[in-house]
Amino acid sequence: MQAFLVAATVYLAAAVVAVPVAKRMGLGSVLGYLIAGVVIGPSVLGFVGAEGQDVMHAAEFGVVMMLFVVGLELEPALLWRLRGALAGLGGLQVAGTAAAVGAAGVAFGLPWRTALASGLILAMSSTAIVLQSLQERGWMKTDAGQKSFAVLLFQDLAVIPILAVLPLLALAPEGAAAPGGGGSHGGAFVEHLPGWQRALVTIGAVALLVGVGRSVVPAAFRLIARARLRETFTAAALLLVIGIAVLMQFVGLSPALGTFLGGVVLATSEFRHELESDIEPFKGLLLGLFFIAVGASIDFPLIGRELGTVLGLVAGLVLLKAAVLYALGTGARMGRDQRLLFALALAQGGEFCFVLLSFATQNRVLPERVAGLLVATVALSMAMTPLLLVAWERFVATRASSATDAGRPHDDVHGEHAVIIVGFGDFGSTVGRYLNANGVDTTVLDLDSDRVDVLRRLGLRVFYGDASREDLLRSAGADTAKLIILTSGDTEAMRTLAGRIRHAFPHLTILARASGRVGAYELIEAEVPHVVRESLDSALHLGVEALHLLGVRRHEAWRAAQRFRRHDDATLRELAKVFRDRAAHLSLAREAIRDLEQSMRADATGGVPPDDGAWDPESLRAEFGARPPSATG
Amino acid sequence: MSRVLILFAHPALRTSRVQRAMADAVRDLPGVTFHDLYEAYPDFDVDVPAEQARLSAHDVIVLQHPLYWYSVPPLVKQWFDLVLEHGWAYGSQGRALEGKVLQVALSAGGRAQAYGPGSFNGYSIAQFLAPVEATVRLCRMRWAEPFTVMGTHMMGAADIREAAARYAALVRGYVESDAVAAGGR
Repeated sequence: MQAFLVAATVYLAAAVVAVPVAKRMGLGSVLGYLIAGVVIGPSVLGFVGAEGQDVMHAAEFGVVMMLFVVGLELEPALLWRLRGALAGLGGLQVAGTAAAVGAAGVAFGLPWRTALASGLILAMSSTAIVLQSLQERGWMKTDAGQKSFAVLLFQDLAVIPILAVLPLLALAPEGAAAPGGGGSHGGAFVEHLPGWQRALVTIGAVALLVGVGRSVVPAAFRLIARARLRETFTAAALLLVIGIAVLMQFVGLSPALGTFLGGVVLATSEFRHELESDIEPFKGLLLGLFFIAVGASIDFPLIGRELGTVLGLVAGLVLLKAAVLYALGTGARMGRDQRLLFALALAQGGEFCFVLLSFATQNRVLPERVAGLLVATVALSMAMTPLLLVAWERFVATRASSATDAGRPHDDVHGEHAVIIVGFGDFGSTVGRYLNANGVDTTVLDLDSDRVDVLRRLGLRVFYGDASREDLLRSAGADTAKLIILTSGDTEAMRTLAGRIRHAFPHLTILARASGRVGAYELIEAEVPHVVRESLDSALHLGVEALHLLGVRRHEAWRAAQRFRRHDDATLRELAKVFRDRAAHLSLAREAIRDLEQSMRADATGGVPPDDGAWDPESLRAEFGARPPSATG
Repeated sequence: MSRVLILFAHPALRTSRVQRAMADAVRDLPGVTFHDLYEAYPDFDVDVPAEQARLSAHDVIVLQHPLYWYSVPPLVKQWFDLVLEHGWAYGSQGRALEGKVLQVALSAGGRAQAYGPGSFNGYSIAQFLAPVEATVRLCRMRWAEPFTVMGTHMMGAADIREAAARYAALVRGYVESDAVAAGGR
């Protein structure tokens, strides 16, 4: 226990220090984790030693979770649309890279079996690093992002046949072991079955996954959500992911692929966003741990001994992979800068390489020395990727190719509605009903699962969703909508959201509900164009009622409320400019209150307030009182 | 050159054909300020200082509205009540509007024959507008012969186009005339 806590302290401290620094320097979190790993690893501080490899295996589960989340964001329709890129680009990438690396190996004097095995292994790229880096920079929706994703997905699929093929390339066939060592990709139960049964079990498992995911899982989650036990929902989400992973391992499929499929199945359910936000932190931590472990496992003494070889291998690997990818990108008619991003993003070795390398060593496909060199090479190439992406961003990226490329048509816009309402509590739902009653269709996003369930049963178009996610807003129709109405009441969240919306969807007009004066100040400061205070009108209504009960005629009370409101709105704008400055705010506020009271008090002195001066007979009496009555007198 | 302010009052523009065409014909004319009262004051909370400043900044005031129950729409009356203050618009000290021209531009469903002595409505348009005219004169403004579009219920698209064009020509004429401005200053 003690040792575990110490290790956890070391890993967490390294992450907490290194990641913000790396992000600050514009390097991205992945590089931060890798550096943290190097620093705490055996080569520098030596806080963690040989267990780095074990940690890496444990942390690989982060990749599994990541693919679940990725699957959640990917509706089946989109996946179907990617099928060309998946099979075409992915297949050609694996085959092309394996051939190129294999040929290079042969050219450097490796036996062809060893060379081909190395080629197949090194064809894998790092799902973890690539997706994390692309998502972090918001590049997933770009052409290169989508194509990279398709290729990574194909690689995940390809691991299975590669695991099957590798033993056939063994140097000494008699030493061949059954697949199963290595890592998370060996089958356990199906190995002893004949091929056709194995296929049947595999198909059955996938069918089970899809069927259960469609029917049982949403019903179960509905039940759990109703219990309003946040942590039970989280536990259920984890159980789902881990359960899928176990099932997949049981039948010899990649757990990452299985959870990905599970994610896709649940992508259309109403729990899509709840699940995602539950899994996200686990995914983030485990992935971080994984990256740290990669950093820690870089064998610097080995690299030091064979510096020239390793550096040559890294350069050769990255160049070869990038060249193959660039050629594919050209074939797929990608834009020049997107093609380059595609090539650089996937030019590293991946976490599957470690799995496959250890598997290959066990099966005597690769000599220990070659495998050791390749592990170092892969780790270094992974560490290089964030740097390459930073370079691309700095020197190649054009504005048009950045993440917020609004010109590219996106898929799956369910709501071609003019108005998006965020938050559907009392306030939001009143706004929504009012708009609907006037023939305006709205798309509603809300984070309260029970409420959404009820509203959905009433037949309303309400979705679970965290509106702070750009892709979610996009699928809610932000590209074609005119207005977005923020009614959550959480000022800080709305400010952040307003900034994001302005950045990603500049054409959208933002209306926001402000809770109280300070909330209004903060939203005005955040340049939200239409800020409406949630309680002003109802408070004045109540005030009018109160004045009436005290004997003031209703219309006069109503006029007084209108005057109050106008004055208050005007001073709100003034005060919003200085509200951060306590002293200035106070003095200006005092002045405003004095002004208002003075103008209202005119009543008390017997006349009518200034704005209703035309209804005041005083001056008329003074002027015309002595003469015969005039037209207005 | 005269500065023309159009005070436009229509509580249900969606249902209108003639007033909409008239408004569209003058809305963007150079030298014209088009002020849509029902759009500015949906709650009848007329901003008096702003209205007075706007009046002061123009030479010709066009009051464009449909005739409802032989009179102006209610917001116009509210506007009269609140904006034309004693001591500003009328009274011994009230000379802010002196010399400005007030031009009524109205539309009415009934045809011209339906107005006048012995007609269906019994009185002429001029008679129905007497309170407005008196208001204008009390404010020392110059009363212009009202511009009327009669029989709107029976008008076809061509008639509406023609009426809108006539109206726009009238407004353009004011913009281009110097006499008004000279008289007003």
